[in-house]
Amino acid sequence: MPEELRELVRRALAHPHLSAALTRFSEDYRMSRARAYKGIDFEALRERIAARKAAAAEHLEELAARFAAAASARGAHVVRLDAPGDVHDYILRVARRRGARLVVKAKSMATEEIHLNAALAHAGIEVKETDLGEWIVQLARQRPSHMVLPAIHLTRADVARLFSRETGQTLEAEIPQLVRVAREQLREKFLRADIGITGANIAVAETGSLVLCTNEGNARLVSTLPPVHIAVVGLEKLVERFEDIEPILAALPRSATAQQITSYVSILTGPAEAAGGGPKEMHIILYGHRRAAMAADPVFREALQCIRCASCLNVCPVYRLVGGHVFGRVYTGAIGTVLTAWTEGWEASRGLEQLCIQCGACRDACPARIDLPELILEVRRRAAHAVTPPLAGRAAFVLIGNRRAFHAALRAAALAQKPFTEGPYLRHLPLFFTEAGKNRRLPALAAEPFRDRFPRIGQPRSARRVALFAGCLIDFVYPEIGEAIVRILNRAGLEVLFPEAQTCCGAPARFSGAPEAALANIRDNVEALPGDGAEAVVSACPTCTVALQSDAARVAQECGDAALAGRAARLAEKVVDFSTFVHRLAAEGSLRLPSGADLPAVTYHDSCHLKRTLHAAQPPRELLQSCGYALREMQESDVCCGMGGSYSLKMPEVSAAMLARKLRMIAATEAAGVAVDCPGCLMQIRGGCAAAGAPTRVRHTAEWLASLLGPAH
Amino acid sequence: MIGKFRRAAEAAGAEVLEARTPEAALATLARILKEEGVGAGGRTAVWPAGPLRQRFHPEILAQMLPGLVLEVTREAAAAAHVGVTEFEWGAAATGTLVQDASAVAQRLASTLPPVHVALLPAGAIVADIGAALRRFDPARAAFLALVTGPSRTADIERVLTIGVHGPRRLVIVLYGQEAGHA
Repeated sequence: MPEELRELVRRALAHPHLSAALTRFSEDYRMSRARAYKGIDFEALRERIAARKAAAAEHLEELAARFAAAASARGAHVVRLDAPGDVHDYILRVARRRGARLVVKAKSMATEEIHLNAALAHAGIEVKETDLGEWIVQLARQRPSHMVLPAIHLTRADVARLFSRETGQTLEAEIPQLVRVAREQLREKFLRADIGITGANIAVAETGSLVLCTNEGNARLVSTLPPVHIAVVGLEKLVERFEDIEPILAALPRSATAQQITSYVSILTGPAEAAGGGPKEMHIILYGHRRAAMAADPVFREALQCIRCASCLNVCPVYRLVGGHVFGRVYTGAIGTVLTAWTEGWEASRGLEQLCIQCGACRDACPARIDLPELILEVRRRAAHAVTPPLAGRAAFVLIGNRRAFHAALRAAALAQKPFTEGPYLRHLPLFFTEAGKNRRLPALAAEPFRDRFPRIGQPRSARRVALFAGCLIDFVYPEIGEAIVRILNRAGLEVLFPEAQTCCGAPARFSGAPEAALANIRDNVEALPGDGAEAVVSACPTCTVALQSDAARVAQECGDAALAGRAARLAEKVVDFSTFVHRLAAEGSLRLPSGADLPAVTYHDSCHLKRTLHAAQPPRELLQSCGYALREMQESDVCCGMGGSYSLKMPEVSAAMLARKLRMIAATEAAGVAVDCPGCLMQIRGGCAAAGAPTRVRHTAEWLASLLGPAH
Repeated sequence: MIGKFRRAAEAAGAEVLEARTPEAALATLARILKEEGVGAGGRTAVWPAGPLRQRFHPEILAQMLPGLVLEVTREAAAAAHVGVTEFEWGAAATGTLVQDASAVAQRLASTLPPVHVALLPAGAIVADIGAALRRFDPARAAFLALVTGPSRTADIERVLTIGVHGPRRLVIVLYGQEAGHA
């Protein structure tokens, strides 16, 4: 990550109120959004939107032509332009012809993208943003930090200062008064403006209609009062049919601001009557730029489904710490990371893709069902190819890709660490060998890895066998979790196999944009698993489970190895996460777990992959409760703990802030223990508790359950 | 349907009044204008042409609604304290008013004055926005206006503030009988 971005992150984290304001917002948003969607089948709704928008993305130019024909027939001037400079020139030509001196604007991301205000100002034309947030940001000479709430990073005191400077009055930091001042100041501009410029939320090809949503009513004034209306519309706003408005209109306000509907929705089809009588002069610029290239890209076409609701920002645990001036350029957050790579190039956006912790919260929230984490990984992969990775980084992935060398290195490190182990300063294993691990304390590797301890475990023989996939953390750092799993499965009458040729699941390499190393891991694991007669492959690390269950076959396919992809897909069918599997054993009666008396209350932390990819939030909770643990839910139990694999190494400050918050949530429950299903989360949270001197016991669900089985023999 | 519309509209910050007949609607309107001080001290209201307005002779309107301006220009609307407009449909699920606002007078009257009175036949309330939109042909309506509650912003510290650029007060007067009633 470029040092300047790192510096911006540090500054944002040190900002006196930025994180606090954004975090309060995201907490409120989570609840109010849920209320706004009450009674609505969100999955069905976003399925409809995704289908309509995906169909549109496949036929962008065709829809643009249909839109142009329909809107022209109604009397609008429609042009299809690509270069930002061409859009500037077109608008300036209109402005010169009209002798325009003042332009009023409603909020439009497309005009932000082409830096239209600067171009107009350069030509001597006064431009006024009229959305309150945009106007504030304009007065502050900044760019919006959020697509829907542009000035969320500023306080009322900041606004009072800006307005005082603009009006020459001394204004108090009192919000109703500031809003009144904005109304008065801008009203005069509305009435005097020569041209009104808007964007559009939706553009309907079959009718040539534009849909504009605002709460303030400024788009109505901008499109009604001046004699000329120019709409700058990104091609991604196109949908085919008038009826496609409906699902988007149902989702956009709910996802953007948790409203049922915005105060105003205007649907413009050709020029309406102008304020001075007679038809208005209406220009519609269908703006393409890199969108055509995105539409032609089989992976990134999906990003054109975006309806610009900004929910991916609102639910992002990183965005709420650093804000949009750090996490993005014109477009911010998850979708901003993807769009910036396209609109400004891989070089300009370099590093943004590293801010994503891959927790998947945005994928769950996206009303257009865009797989944002996956697109960001693709940005990472392509960015990695665009720039030569540092040598140490590459060497590390060669090492991770070679199981024997990798495991030998881990064993050597376990010996070498001895003089240095102090406290639980532990980090994700494979990445420990990369550049990111430099200058950090060695992870406290177990003196004896699980693979060496396993043969000594006395197991009953059984016809029912399962293979255990340990993953690096359980194998080399937390072998006791592996032993707990074996005990539980043995109690269900299962014999556990540990195929020794298993290696890293491939996720660290894949997440770092090194698919070749991931492919080597997949090859080894497909060779080693499931093992002799095993009915299932059980993994107690959700990241590994997802890597084996869904990513392995995809990576193999993407790397062009169809045979390996087929084998990986067959293996995937047998892979199951620990809690789901044990819950199933209990449900079918093969496993009876003892229930303890006077057990401590525990709180449960949902790991990202278990909750959002494997959808297994309930099984561990039910298992714990069935054994007699009282469950005390923490607030935002499913918000990422900040571990994120190598993330905690690459972005230690962000990771630490996320962890600090998680620890506060845990402390607030006053539970004696924390249960997690992911050894990565366990490492992060246990380390955090220890560093904070908290007595809280942090254990894997398997350990909480196994502890009721009595002492191990 | 009326109850649902009312609850949704009120949740969005609108006031909802009911009048049994067109005459009662006019009386209600007169009360609101008086309450807002229209007719006194040069305060005016604008009301562009609409089916309810057409039912009454201009002289009756002038008598009952002092301060009312029927010629809705940009200047008249900008100077008015209250704008009165008539809507074609209401969407119960969200409390939304829907209007073909192609005639600019409709937009001027509903956007510029600080108070907006929306008149809606009670029989024109349909289930939701989708149902209302299906009753319009976009090829015939250059400007469809959907209005839900007053103008609002939360752009300063996310504090909800009413009446930024558009009206700070929206009063909906439902008149006549609900559809399906005799």
